[in-house]
Amino acid sequence: MAEVERPEKPAPKILLVDDDREFLRVYRELLLKENSQSEVRTAETGQRALALLEAETFDVLICDLKMAKVDGFQVLAIVRRKFPQLRTMVLTGLADEQFRARAYAIGVDLFLQKPTTPEETQLFLECIEALLGASTATGFRGLQSKSLVDIIQLECLSLSSSVLRVRQGVQEGRVWFSNGDIIDAVTADLTGVLAFQRILEWKNGSFEVLPPEPERERKIFSAYHTLLLETAHVLDESNAPAGLLSGADAVHAEALRKASLAELARTQGVEFILATSEADPVESWGVENAEKVAEWTRRTVGRFQKLGESLELGEAGHVNASTNQRRVILAGCGDRTICLGLQKTLAPEQLRQTVNNLLLKWAS
Amino acid sequence: MGLLNFFARRKHRLPMRLPTGTFTINRLGAITASTLPRSFPLPCAREIAETVLKTFAEARESRLPLVDLTVNYPGLRITARDLGGGAIIFLLPRTMGQN
Repeated sequence: MAEVERPEKPAPKILLVDDDREFLRVYRELLLKENSQSEVRTAETGQRALALLEAETFDVLICDLKMAKVDGFQVLAIVRRKFPQLRTMVLTGLADEQFRARAYAIGVDLFLQKPTTPEETQLFLECIEALLGASTATGFRGLQSKSLVDIIQLECLSLSSSVLRVRQGVQEGRVWFSNGDIIDAVTADLTGVLAFQRILEWKNGSFEVLPPEPERERKIFSAYHTLLLETAHVLDESNAPAGLLSGADAVHAEALRKASLAELARTQGVEFILATSEADPVESWGVENAEKVAEWTRRTVGRFQKLGESLELGEAGHVNASTNQRRVILAGCGDRTICLGLQKTLAPEQLRQTVNNLLLKWAS
Repeated sequence: MGLLNFFARRKHRLPMRLPTGTFTINRLGAITASTLPRSFPLPCAREIAETVLKTFAEARESRLPLVDLTVNYPGLRITARDLGGGAIIFLLPRTMGQN
């Protein structure tokens, strides 16, 4: 009896993009050592990577962000549209939450910092393994493990122009974004705000980011955070007979708080913002090492209050400080202490107004 | 009935007038130069110095190295500049209407 010949599974192909030739050499060897079956190609520029992707089929793309001419974001944006099946990973030395948010908004599967320890290297290799496994798995391709509110915020904060297609079972909805604003939504026979509220009621499903539709007529005029807050109110009123927040609602409320913080961070001149208290988790935007900065903020404000009491100087006002790059303001606001990073170019009066406005907004 | 205790003293007796002056401290917190009036107690200056040095040091540890800081109290403004581990501290009484 003739043996049935099974088609051999092709070796997984990985494309590694970075402008550092030495990095490419080391990581190529590392990937080959880990998985000798895989084929690893390298590209030193974004253009070269796109040319290779046009010419060959790859399973996973590992891309740096900071590259000359065509940077990683440009490469990933093109890849997301032209090669939606390709698994993508950002591997960068830039530790920045805004870059991370922007990368996830584009639709990358993973955002990792370049490993600096053997443990991190192992984690990187495991992530590659998982991505290679996921690329052969069936199922929906989308932005996994994120709530709908997260996805919407990411689109808004990255000032995206796109269409978000959301599916839950047989139901389908679409949300249109233009330069970070939500301009319309549709589901079943609903449009505009009502459709948006209906879509946000869905607790699970799949997401897909589609190319923008610039001709789409605007039917939603509220700012996105206002829209999310209003929608949360509507959902709370209709869904919450008990006084307690459910797990999903708590997550939702947390997301809305983050949205408020992010909105404050969009104020002109603001580079970062952090809110901290003894009891609650740190909330921050644009801060690299939030926990440490939060601790310093609390200690510093406490220390100057104590000095005021000890020397009978009265209550300390804001702590106005500066680094070589920016102004740093520490101020009490209700039960929280706020740390603001502001551009150094702000004039004193402008600085005062910006701080007062931010604190007022935060308090409200 | 309570008794007044004439012997109870504050930790530092404050001068009636808030001080105007500048002093420099080294990285250990020792005052190396001062234009503060004699009426301003040394322990008060040391307490200010310690607060400022700790703030600068912890800011560096938090990867937010400060070059200067200002704190306003109702009657006194404290301004400090980092001097590579030490600091120069300016004390300036605030008048009404000052920001």
